[in-house]
Amino acid sequence: MLDNVWLIPLLPAVSFAVILLWGKRLPSKGAESGILAVGASFVLSVVVAAEWIAKSGPREAIEHSSTWLQSGSVKFGAGTHVDGLTVMMLLVVTFISLMVHVYSTGYMHGDRRYTYFFAALSLFTASMLLLVVSDNSLQFLVGWELVGVCSFMLIGHWWEEKDNSDAAVKAFLTTRTGDVGLMIGIITLFFAAKGSFNIAHLNQLALEGGISHRLLLVGGTCLFLGVVGKSAQFPLHTWLPDAMAGPTPVSALIHAATMVVAGVYLIARFYPVFFSGFSIDAGGVNAVAIIGSITLVIAALLAFVQDDVKKVLAYSTVSQLGYMVMALGVGAWSAGIFHLFTHAFFKALLFLAAGSVIHGVHSNNMSEMGGLRKHMPWTFRTFIIGSLALAGIPPLAGFFSKDEILLGAHENGFPLMLVVGLIGAFMTAAYMTRACYLVFWGEYRGHGHPHESPPSMVVPLQVLAVLSVVAGLVNTWVVGDRLRFAHWATVPGTEELIQRFRLEHAFALSDAAISVAVAVAGIGLAGLYYFRGALKPIRGLTRRSTAARAGYTLLVNKYYLDVFYTDIIVGSIKGPIAQAAYWFDQRVIDGVVNGAGVGAREVGRFTYDVIDQRVVDGLANGAGAGAEESGSILRLIQTGRVQQYAAALFGAAALFAVGLVLIT
Amino acid sequence: MYLSQFLLLAAVLFCIGIYGVLARRNAVLVLMSIELMLNAVNINLVAFGAFRRNVVGQVFALFVIAIAAAEVGVGLAIVLLIYRNRASIGLDEVDLMKG
Repeated sequence: MLDNVWLIPLLPAVSFAVILLWGKRLPSKGAESGILAVGASFVLSVVVAAEWIAKSGPREAIEHSSTWLQSGSVKFGAGTHVDGLTVMMLLVVTFISLMVHVYSTGYMHGDRRYTYFFAALSLFTASMLLLVVSDNSLQFLVGWELVGVCSFMLIGHWWEEKDNSDAAVKAFLTTRTGDVGLMIGIITLFFAAKGSFNIAHLNQLALEGGISHRLLLVGGTCLFLGVVGKSAQFPLHTWLPDAMAGPTPVSALIHAATMVVAGVYLIARFYPVFFSGFSIDAGGVNAVAIIGSITLVIAALLAFVQDDVKKVLAYSTVSQLGYMVMALGVGAWSAGIFHLFTHAFFKALLFLAAGSVIHGVHSNNMSEMGGLRKHMPWTFRTFIIGSLALAGIPPLAGFFSKDEILLGAHENGFPLMLVVGLIGAFMTAAYMTRACYLVFWGEYRGHGHPHESPPSMVVPLQVLAVLSVVAGLVNTWVVGDRLRFAHWATVPGTEELIQRFRLEHAFALSDAAISVAVAVAGIGLAGLYYFRGALKPIRGLTRRSTAARAGYTLLVNKYYLDVFYTDIIVGSIKGPIAQAAYWFDQRVIDGVVNGAGVGAREVGRFTYDVIDQRVVDGLANGAGAGAEESGSILRLIQTGRVQQYAAALFGAAALFAVGLVLIT
Repeated sequence: MYLSQFLLLAAVLFCIGIYGVLARRNAVLVLMSIELMLNAVNINLVAFGAFRRNVVGQVFALFVIAIAAAEVGVGLAIVLLIYRNRASIGLDEVDLMKG
């Protein structure tokens, strides 16, 4: 199976075509096609993973590529590249997608575009898988853009409401902003790698110092722009919370498996470029770690002031993506992708559970929820498990990965990132406590009677809940050496780089104790505030203190970043810049164009009047008239009388004879 | 026997022929005049042949006679057709080719 990985993205793609063509006529309106295809892909991924893990000795990445077209010495190809990172991503993407597919049969039941929805889900999965298995940056870009298009389609699934289609457009345009950088980066690195799109080759060159540091810095920065857009890093994170306009299963898919992690995957995939380009081994600070940690903190802060339960989760995703990027930025490669791995489970769980809640109370707002633990027992239990995993309580999944990131920052000499990570862990625990309290405790504040969701939705929740509990153990001694995450989720050739921070020693009791203490403190403080009504001084602080109110306003307005984008950037382009451009266009460009037009007209008129009418026509007419004149003269001698011709003939002959005689 | 006597005779005959061709209006007479001219040439050919003691002159004369026969055949056929069409063989009336 390691040689036939191309099947994995192909199956959902085929399913997309099948649903599009015959979906409405299938007994389950296309859902079964999607579930079957993604399920088969998942099974194949498990086989691939098993084969990869079972390989003995030093593992080599397996590449297959075929040339699609060749121009000169440049080959544009499609291919597959399998290594530990690919295997890990295949597992996560297909599994989460399968869960989301199953869940959607319940959640989207009766939707007017049910079939279309499943078609888009299939394509979404196929695109992400295409991106994951690609061996060259061009195919990577194709998958990347397809993921963007699918997210656009799915976020705007209920496009009848203007807000939803606006959110879709915003998501698409914001990620496109970063994609411009990505495209430039890929082209730069194409030339840096001396005319090759192959990622492994590029990484090899970057690792061996075959590419100058400056070139790597430029290429890496451009790629990082793409990451900032796709993985919702500061300052382009604003699209992700708005993307909550899509159906909840889509949010789960986007957040856990198919969209935002593409950016993190990009850094992990091109890691030598980033590592050398941003001098990650130097310690201290670098752009990747800085952006990651800024994102981590500001998104966590925003999660406190949201009323929409999905937006709380959205900001928590942004914050967790910040963790991953920061982890990669501090050189803790394995920790970063391990966090991606565990985060996929508990974030998918949280979103699907939130979807279940929304399904039950028909509202997104936590102000219309409350007390749901009695009405929706399974949703409640799974949501709590997801929250604890996210908060980093041992032995749940989030604890291990987050702890490794913090340890990595500590060991690799990034003290600032360690502090930021601890602050983030504290805030994560606190805002999840707040969300849990508002949704499940207190009195029910909504309308109607909330009810537990159907089994098609609850079963994926239970499965994900189990995995959220145990996923973290994959990187501990519990599973044994061979199965251990850090041992198989590797990129051959770069082990030296990515395991500089050795993960088998990655459990330092002191660091773990600190991070758990911080998380428990977060839960405790938030719990005291919400459950016990303690911490009276904080209550009503925004009414008493101007500074607190200003901070609150700043958060509610999302740091005014949207205002900055829509009013200042777009507004200035719409207003003064557009006017200036209009003036320039009207006066200068149109002047040139019109001048050229008038000039051409004058030249044309002169040509017509003088050259054509007088000279050319004169010549043609003159030739005609001359021929006519000479003809009318010559016709006089054409009498038609044979004897006159004969007379002329003989006369001439006689004259010649006389001449001859006279000359001789 | 002098060559010049034959040449003179031929010249006289030729001139009579020219006169006939140019002056006669009857097409048959014009044809006959052409025949005169041809025969004048024949006399020249035979005379020169005898003078040079060479048989080529006579051979050529025979060719001319043969071709003259063909020419008269075609010419008379044309004249006959003209006559049938116009009930006249006056050459001054045949001027269809007038420009």
